[in-house]
Amino acid sequence: MPEKPDRNAIEVRGVRKVFGTGENAVAALATVSVSIRENEFFTLLGPSGCGKTTLLRLIAGFDYPSAGEILLYGDDIAPQPPFRRPVNTVFQSYALFPHMTVAENIGFGLEMLNKPKAEVKARVAEMLRLVRMEQLANRRTSQISGGQQQRVALARALAPQPKVLLLDEPLSALDYKLRKDMQIELKRLQGETGITFIFVTHDQEEALTMSDRIAVMSAGRILQVGAPRDIYDRPADRFVADFIGESNFLKGDVTGTDGGRATVKLSSGTEIRASLPEGFSPSGSVTVVVRPEHAQLAAADGGAALQGTVENVVYLGTDTHFHLRLDDGVPFIVRRQNARGGADSFAAGSRAGVVIGGDAAQVLRD
Amino acid sequence: MASAEEIARAADRKDIRDRWLLSAPALIIILVAATGPLLIVLVYSFLTSAAYGGVEWKFSPEAWVSVFLERDIFDDTLSLADANITIFWRSIKLALMTTVVTLALGFPTAYFMATRSEKTRDLWLFLITIPFWTNLLIRTFAVLQIIRNEGIINTLLMKAGIISAPIQILFTDTAILIGMAYVYLPLMVLPIYASMEKLDFRLVEAGYDLYASRWQVLRRIILPLVKPGVIAGSILVFIPAIGAYVTPSILGGGKNMMISNFIELQFGQAHNWPLGSALAITVMVIVMIALLVYVRNTGAASGERRG
Ligand SMILES: Nc1ncnc2c1ncn2[C@@H]1O[C@H](COP(=O)(O)OP(=O)(O)O)[C@@H](O)[C@H]1O
Ligand SMILES: [Mg+2]
Repeated sequence: MPEKPDRNAIEVRGVRKVFGTGENAVAALATVSVSIRENEFFTLLGPSGCGKTTLLRLIAGFDYPSAGEILLYGDDIAPQPPFRRPVNTVFQSYALFPHMTVAENIGFGLEMLNKPKAEVKARVAEMLRLVRMEQLANRRTSQISGGQQQRVALARALAPQPKVLLLDEPLSALDYKLRKDMQIELKRLQGETGITFIFVTHDQEEALTMSDRIAVMSAGRILQVGAPRDIYDRPADRFVADFIGESNFLKGDVTGTDGGRATVKLSSGTEIRASLPEGFSPSGSVTVVVRPEHAQLAAADGGAALQGTVENVVYLGTDTHFHLRLDDGVPFIVRRQNARGGADSFAAGSRAGVVIGGDAAQVLRD
Repeated sequence: MASAEEIARAADRKDIRDRWLLSAPALIIILVAATGPLLIVLVYSFLTSAAYGGVEWKFSPEAWVSVFLERDIFDDTLSLADANITIFWRSIKLALMTTVVTLALGFPTAYFMATRSEKTRDLWLFLITIPFWTNLLIRTFAVLQIIRNEGIINTLLMKAGIISAPIQILFTDTAILIGMAYVYLPLMVLPIYASMEKLDFRLVEAGYDLYASRWQVLRRIILPLVKPGVIAGSILVFIPAIGAYVTPSILGGGKNMMISNFIELQFGQAHNWPLGSALAITVMVIVMIALLVYVRNTGAASGERRG
């Protein structure tokens, strides 16, 4: 196969997963399709119980899909048991072997692949260096901290040089500071090893900072796949807009569309321009989303799109949040970056207008 | 005035005294119930046997000599007591084989039980313990019914035309082995199940994930982690198996004695209490040595390496 820059490492095609039978059947995944490119840092993002772990376990081979197929570099891996798949997992609970030392844990995969002793030893040393654990090679896994266990789990999964590394909420058990450090560390490791990462998290900030692309999941479905910027700026539906970042939702009617954009007449009477999701041309009533930092405050009655009253002003250091109640009763938040020595121009209780810029609004799919 | 230190010391003394008082009943029971009878057996083994059972209070090493040796009745020369050694050897061999068979059957059983859902696990546990409530004699006779010449096994095999005459299983060592394996199986299953239930099965998945085959996962991950249960089960089966009495006497038919039957013979028909006592102590020593060797070896092979 010729080298293509955008080869798919994993292709998930129409995969369904149902647990149990009859009345107890739970559809953990409802027909999911997604492609993950080679060398990509790909994130599955969604609330607890949306099926992230289930999808990961299907790729790893711990469970088998009820329908659909999973391809690894073009080959259907369904018939392969997990110990034949060149895919390794970093488990949420780490699952380190308690009866082995740190070094034995890291070397386990290579040993099972029957690599020569010298090679195993060299590779283990290399991995220990990579995750900065040289000093603790001969410790028991019960004698090291949570953050260190995390690194060992990572080194153990990376040591056999898998084609794809699966990480199931690997940072969720760490405290805030350590989590931030490990986020950077993971990015570095992915860059240095060039291995495709499929990373699972329910933390939207983590997903936005680390990923090349994100798949947002809810209730067993993938709602949107895209680069962090796409997902944030152009959420396809209400769930995505709500789950990632803060959002203002406005109701309105489409009065016209042209080339991926629509004119929406808001319930307040003003018309704004809004981007449309790809391949979606609505008519009638729609919901429009505006991010708090994409709107600006203006003098009241100065021809701004929306008018309202400031109810609350929250100073957050880097920026200030203005909580408004629009004249039709809808809440609306505007975020403004603070300049040094800037004055609080809009105090609580004052009237204000809201300006929505030409590229600030996005029509939602539903 | 007493210093704080003196008060503390006095309190300590009182503490120690109280502790002794509290543990006195336990100590008395241990002395009377365990050590006492053992001492009597030890003393009897060095006495002379009386003609119609019991002992005469006269020192004699004769019993200990005849544990392994035989005195020729004509010229008093000593030779190895082949019959006794055969019985010892059969006991050890059958106890070991019982341990191996129950381990081979009990390990998968425990694994099966531990991998069921929480609710069904209790049901399996219940089923495994049912035999405990049934009298040992009845269970042994049940086995006898199955393996005797007119029993289920032979009848079925003959009906199926696989054999033309019944296979003689009853009154052989195989019969004893089958009976003991059946009787002691729960003693192997329960401790292994207890270890297995605590096993984190995510480790098993991690093993598969890291390219370990089923066999390697079993050997490198499951076995080392449930080893305490395997050791406990083996000990619980081996000890009663080597001293088994009822099963070998019913299924072995008196020809294939195990050590307990032989000891019983000394206290009964043979009227040789000192020899019976010496044999009993010998068995105890054998069991103790076997346990020491076993625990040592399994402990060393467990990957208890520390850096
Ligand atoms: N082995 C299982 N048996 C039955 N239901 C399951 C099983 N595993 C997961 N589920 C169900 O599938 C859904 C998705 O679970 P999961 O993939 O673990 O979610 P996430 O990892 O996103 O939190 C949940 O409703 C969960 O209860
Ligand atoms: Mg999960």
